[in-house]
Amino acid sequence: MPPEATDLASKVDALYSFLLWASFISTMLVVGGLTYFAIKYKRTDKNQKSAYITHNNTLEFLWSFIPFLIFMGVFAWGWVLFHDMRNMPADALEVAVQGQQWDWTFTYKNGRRSSGEMVIPVNQPVKLVMASKDVIHSFYIPAFRLKQDVVPGRYTTLWFQPKYKGEYQVFCAEFCGRQHSGMLAKIKVVSQEEFDEWLGNDPYKGLSMVEVGHKVYSTRCVICHNLTDKKLVGPGWKDLFGHQVELADGSTVVADENYIRESILNPNAKIVKGFPPAMPTFAGQLDEQEIMGLVEFIKTLK
Amino acid sequence: MSSAPGVNYLNEKSGLWSWLTTLDHKRIGIMYMIAVFTFFAIGGTFAMLMRWELFSAGKNIVEAQTYNEFMTFHGAIMAFMVIIPGVPAFLGNFFLPLMIGARDVAFPRINLLSWYCLIIGAAVAFYSLIYNGADTGWTFYTPYSIKTDNGTTILVAGVFILGFSSILTGLNFIVTVHKLRAPGMTFFRMPLFIWGLYATAIMQVMATPVLGITLLLLIAERTMGIGFFDPTLGGDPVLFQHFFWFYSHPAVYIMVLPAMGVISELITCYSRKTIFGYRAIAWSSVGIAAVSFFVWGHHMFVSGESEVVAILFSFMTMLVGVPTAIKVFNWTATLYKGSIIFNAPMLFAMGFIFLFTIGGVTGIILAVTAVDVHFHDTYFVVAHFHYVMVGGTLMAIAGGMYHWMPKMFGRMYNEFWARISFVLIFVGFNVTFFPQFVLGAMGMPRRYYDYLPVFQPLNRISSIGAWTIGIGFLVVLYVILRCIFTGEKAPDNPWGATTLEWQTSSPPPHENFLTQPVVTGGPYEYK
Repeated sequence: MPPEATDLASKVDALYSFLLWASFISTMLVVGGLTYFAIKYKRTDKNQKSAYITHNNTLEFLWSFIPFLIFMGVFAWGWVLFHDMRNMPADALEVAVQGQQWDWTFTYKNGRRSSGEMVIPVNQPVKLVMASKDVIHSFYIPAFRLKQDVVPGRYTTLWFQPKYKGEYQVFCAEFCGRQHSGMLAKIKVVSQEEFDEWLGNDPYKGLSMVEVGHKVYSTRCVICHNLTDKKLVGPGWKDLFGHQVELADGSTVVADENYIRESILNPNAKIVKGFPPAMPTFAGQLDEQEIMGLVEFIKTLK
Repeated sequence: MSSAPGVNYLNEKSGLWSWLTTLDHKRIGIMYMIAVFTFFAIGGTFAMLMRWELFSAGKNIVEAQTYNEFMTFHGAIMAFMVIIPGVPAFLGNFFLPLMIGARDVAFPRINLLSWYCLIIGAAVAFYSLIYNGADTGWTFYTPYSIKTDNGTTILVAGVFILGFSSILTGLNFIVTVHKLRAPGMTFFRMPLFIWGLYATAIMQVMATPVLGITLLLLIAERTMGIGFFDPTLGGDPVLFQHFFWFYSHPAVYIMVLPAMGVISELITCYSRKTIFGYRAIAWSSVGIAAVSFFVWGHHMFVSGESEVVAILFSFMTMLVGVPTAIKVFNWTATLYKGSIIFNAPMLFAMGFIFLFTIGGVTGIILAVTAVDVHFHDTYFVVAHFHYVMVGGTLMAIAGGMYHWMPKMFGRMYNEFWARISFVLIFVGFNVTFFPQFVLGAMGMPRRYYDYLPVFQPLNRISSIGAWTIGIGFLVVLYVILRCIFTGEKAPDNPWGATTLEWQTSSPPPHENFLTQPVVTGGPYEYK
């Protein structure tokens, strides 16, 4: 099991250990019985007789009723913890999560947005309000023992209170297409001071346009576009800028600033030959600084 | 009809056409066997390729899209074309009439029709593979299955047709069990395999139509844009999951109940002892079938369903655990003071109990809501259901196959190679799937083309195990072919079994019995 980063994770692990031991013991009972009988009553003589035993009510009642009691016990134990998981604390820090093929974006109350990395303060209850732009995803943090499907057309919620600072892996756990296994993110748990500072920060402060573009690329674009001229999901970006691009309808277009801008904001307007119209729009998700940064970044890829 | 000595169902007519138009349940059973084994080979090949791709992190042999298609077709083929028809339509078709002393099933023409449904459905499904592939996984979750741009519609249509095969077989078996039992064969004198098939048949008839309707809705949404499940059209994607699992959870028991029936036969036969708690096992089959309709929500604890609903489904799932536990204990108790012989079918039966117990207890772990939140959609679930489906159903098919091969083909199989196949499959199976429990606990989600480097060592072990299973099944194929072509001639009742199918000749004549058998006692009177 991954580290237990919340109290709830420790409680889930306690229940899991109990289940594991109970499972181990009952499996050993069955296997032990099988093995013992198998050795003891092995047929040694062709005409060996066996006992004629049809049933035993007491025994059968016992081995129905005892498992039933154990099942009810673990059921109730699971219920109690499950209730804690679903019961959202009132004083939680709320973060909006948006899943889309194939990245996670986090938006804070003050408008601060980040992709691929969620920063939160330690020992603070955090509530996620999650939505999906396209298909069902599932937000899964093994270290918190938590998972919640992110369903298009409705909000789902999740809460946790990390005990320790550190970085925790997030996976998408509901199959969502080609790059499903690449739809990862990190939760970075920091001190309250570091968090406050991070929240107030301009993430692009002091960066050149190309560096801004590179930063955007590595969180939003990298899952589908690589920096060679090879295809990933979409076309590679090497030697893209200023060159002719052949489109699906047979025409060609020169990849200039406006072409790149249009491809980001209205990706289905011009489809590159050999590719499906699969790219989602990033209108409203990237601001002018970020789009221009991307254009400048692409210009450097030769 | 064929009272001449030496004439049996295999040699009374010859030619491909006589097989393709046969109404004899035994010949249809053999045709199911050939079809199911072919599909198994194809589905198994996909499994081998998947484990090859997962041998190392990053790309090994194919791109993500191709891997997702392997994953989809492995699941769809194994579920809809192998494990669902595996025991009922193949072993059940052949032995249900024999074991209740009937000349055939109630509706021989419908029986043949159900085989053609399987073949046509499979052909359509395979066409989608050639056409453009499908990458939704066998569960077809919306709205991904609506938005993805490939042959999903065709695959879904194929599965829709396959459903009719299942419904027709179930219908046939229910009527056969009710109307065609031999004189004196009361319900509680039926072999437990028949109880398993009967409970399964009820589920096939009741649950499969729901899947059919759901798949039609999905096709309508994909082709005509009617908004059932896509939220952008006003639909509800989670509704699809409810519909899907309303069928597919009972389907899990469609896959495993008849397999449990096979195990009951093997255990009692090879310990030469009457089964312990006949009525408990019989009723537990019916009990599992009934409760299995009310547990589907345990696939959806984190889907967004409410806390109350999750708790109710968790509770119902615990209830299903009880009759399952009863069966395991009864099989174990049957061995007590028995006279046990360890040939290949018995090894498979004992392997079944061991693997199925692990599959069962991990099922209970997954049924505990708070714990499932962590394990849901991880490799833990993958390991769990392979322990049940492969460790359970496929072990039962292999064991049952060896057990009944002398009856089916009138020839004995080679015991040595059969045991080798057991060792390879049993060891390979545990090497493949036990590490996957650990991977799931570590947090590796399922359906991942690529994974973090920390998961690599266990994935490698798992891949090596998978290839061992593959070799094991090649040995099974060798044993079967060798049995059919050069096997020693089998006596009518090589195992000294008591059920009716062993009272007729091997292989049985057309219409099974030369004289109508009359039943005077229970199925396992080893005295």
